[in-house]
Amino acid sequence: MIDKIVAKMPESLSGKEFTYCPGCHHGIVHRLIAEVIDELGIREKTLIVAPVGCSVFAYEFFNVDGTVAPHGRAPAVATGMKRATPDKIVFTYQGDGDLASIGTAEIVHAANRGENITTIFINNAVYGMTGGQMAPTTLLGQKTTTTPYGRDAKANGYPIRMSEMLSTLSGVAYIERVMVTTPQNVIKAKKAIKKAFEAQIKGLGFSLVEVLSTCPTNWGKSPVEAGKWLEENMAKYYPLGVYVDRTKEAE
Amino acid sequence: MKMLFKGSEAIAEAAIRAGCRLYFGYPITPQSELTEYMSRRLPEVGGTFLQAESEVATVNMMYGASCTGKRVMTSTSSPGFSLMMEGISYMAGGELPAVFVNVVRGGPGLGDIQPAQSDYFQATKGGGHGDYRMIVLAPHTIQEAVDLMNLAFDLADKYRMLVTILADGMLGQMMEPVEFPPMRDPNDVPEKDWALTGAKGRPPRKVTSFHIDPYELEKMNLRYQATYKKVEENEVRYEELNTDGADIIVAAYGTMARIVKTVIHMAEKEGIKVGLFRPITLWPFPYKRLNELADTVDTILTVEMSYGQMLEDVRLGVNGKAKTPFYGRSAGVVPTPTEVLDAVKKAIGR
Amino acid sequence: MSTYSVVAAGFGGQGVMLMGKIIAEAAMHDGKKVTWLPSYGPEMRGGTANCTVVISDEDIGSPVVDTPDVVIAMNIPSMIKFEEVLKKDGILLINSSVVDRQPTRKDVKVFKIKANDVADEIGNVKVLNMVALGAFAKASGLITFGSIKKALEETMTGKKKVFLDINIKAVQEGMEKIEKA
Repeated sequence: MIDKIVAKMPESLSGKEFTYCPGCHHGIVHRLIAEVIDELGIREKTLIVAPVGCSVFAYEFFNVDGTVAPHGRAPAVATGMKRATPDKIVFTYQGDGDLASIGTAEIVHAANRGENITTIFINNAVYGMTGGQMAPTTLLGQKTTTTPYGRDAKANGYPIRMSEMLSTLSGVAYIERVMVTTPQNVIKAKKAIKKAFEAQIKGLGFSLVEVLSTCPTNWGKSPVEAGKWLEENMAKYYPLGVYVDRTKEAE
Repeated sequence: MKMLFKGSEAIAEAAIRAGCRLYFGYPITPQSELTEYMSRRLPEVGGTFLQAESEVATVNMMYGASCTGKRVMTSTSSPGFSLMMEGISYMAGGELPAVFVNVVRGGPGLGDIQPAQSDYFQATKGGGHGDYRMIVLAPHTIQEAVDLMNLAFDLADKYRMLVTILADGMLGQMMEPVEFPPMRDPNDVPEKDWALTGAKGRPPRKVTSFHIDPYELEKMNLRYQATYKKVEENEVRYEELNTDGADIIVAAYGTMARIVKTVIHMAEKEGIKVGLFRPITLWPFPYKRLNELADTVDTILTVEMSYGQMLEDVRLGVNGKAKTPFYGRSAGVVPTPTEVLDAVKKAIGR
Repeated sequence: MSTYSVVAAGFGGQGVMLMGKIIAEAAMHDGKKVTWLPSYGPEMRGGTANCTVVISDEDIGSPVVDTPDVVIAMNIPSMIKFEEVLKKDGILLINSSVVDRQPTRKDVKVFKIKANDVADEIGNVKVLNMVALGAFAKASGLITFGSIKKALEETMTGKKKVFLDINIKAVQEGMEKIEKA
């Protein structure tokens, strides 16, 4: 007999089986978002805008109303939703190809308008769904299926730091970069996600949490090796931390 | 009371009166007056105006707004309409209602900013990817444009489809006296049982054009096709003038059709009876009526401000039963009544 | 009257668009059907700007006109451009403050108005368009002073209201000071 339930599936997850590979961090981040939505009691008024990429089915995985945007356009779709129904909580879930490449204009302008939405940005330095091609966030020297000799700055430019770039914009309320490689990091990541949603609930403007994530399949590494590679390489180029926090000023 | 109104501004006011409170847009000539009018007027009626960073963002903002069940629109001109095609395809797949106004200018490419009808194919045959359709309405006067705005929003909601008002630079820029319909209550629209309003006390709703299983995607497509068939059966609209016993019928829409109305008078003085067949819905196109008319006349001349786009639909409708010559000027050059009269005479060997 | 068309043309800053609009609005108040069609785009900058007004008892077909009944030429390029398409026996109204040459057509009725000078005399050269409009009303008989006044009252509202009187005065002066050439 069960005396006490210590962990269960968050109500904000639909229970549909995830389509993610073993060791991929999408699943962890999905759960954290769902827990935050539960804790804030906003499930019944939350709308998700899923991207194009591995997380294209994200709108099916959450037990909330939602849609899937054209590639990169989630911030514009979310803008339309939020402007039409400002009482709803609207968040986008986007990968690096979606947010930092094809959707650069949409994310920059949504952030710059101080659009009162939340974006969860998964940065795994590679295009996952299409089979491991170079992303704008791919590290220098990193081999992908379109940089077989390693990413060369002369040909492909440099890995783009979105959190830093967006943090220069005045409309932003909260930006933090986190990772979910250890239990401690997971706790920190959840706090960041919660803070981002809270910023939206308070109407403070645009909030974004960038989560450095693994892609063991396309990196050609085991889940454990992938976690280690992330910490040793990605976290060095993409420093963790809070980039913007206007939540205190607002209080 | 009649008021002298610029076409672009009249369309904007008519949209507001049709209960539209959400406008997203990006400035482009020759319709920026519509965007500007909305930026002034919407705040007065508790609506929302947002200037997007691009037409690409515009159409996606409309996508998001439409998901919530609210009436939403944009206006643009040809190059901007091209940029919206991606989002239009997604919205069609998501069965989202919305209204687009395309004030067509000369093309292709940057083209010019003068009136043209060269976006006919793009509006009526696709433009975006996939097997989708849009209802396309072509007003020929400002008053008609005003009257069609109500219809546009109603059809969009009724069929969960996109509706495009295909105007041109002339209709957008000219002024005419218009009478507006009364203001409709924006909340007085039928309940949308698919809208994303928050999963409160019900299972979550999803709006999507996506299915990884082709058999499931086919089911979705067959549903779209069934809707399109209903629209084809019920929503064909056209105007006929003088077609009974005409020496020749001219098929023309929008601004071109009103030029033909002048040609009818000019031809009458020379003893030629010219009839006008004016499709109001370019999709669904009035093939059936045109086919009937083809039995009554030897020649159906198509006149366009483009190089033979609607002509293809006219020929499908006529189906070989009459001669189907063509006269058109495009690229922003508007044929004068005299030029059209000459084309009429040539078509009947006078 | 059946259908009449008027082309008003001049330099960008001469207020020909507003002139056309007031003509259309006045005719509307007189119970006529009207269309007003502007030229727009690059030609607005520098060259000649023009608008076409059609006034009719019946529904108006084409707002585009190849042979206008009346041409109001506010500058030389406009006179040269539109003189040749003017209908036979049509009216050519010339702003003789600016146009210092004679038209070549002999089969049209020519009228002149020193629009700039008259406007200057009443205290504001900007109302030269309304001086010309008054002259047009007199020469053509297409619109009445009462309707012009009403159209101006509806247009000159808010901050522009202070200019109402001088605009009305300009119309009256134009009606008086027109000359038949």
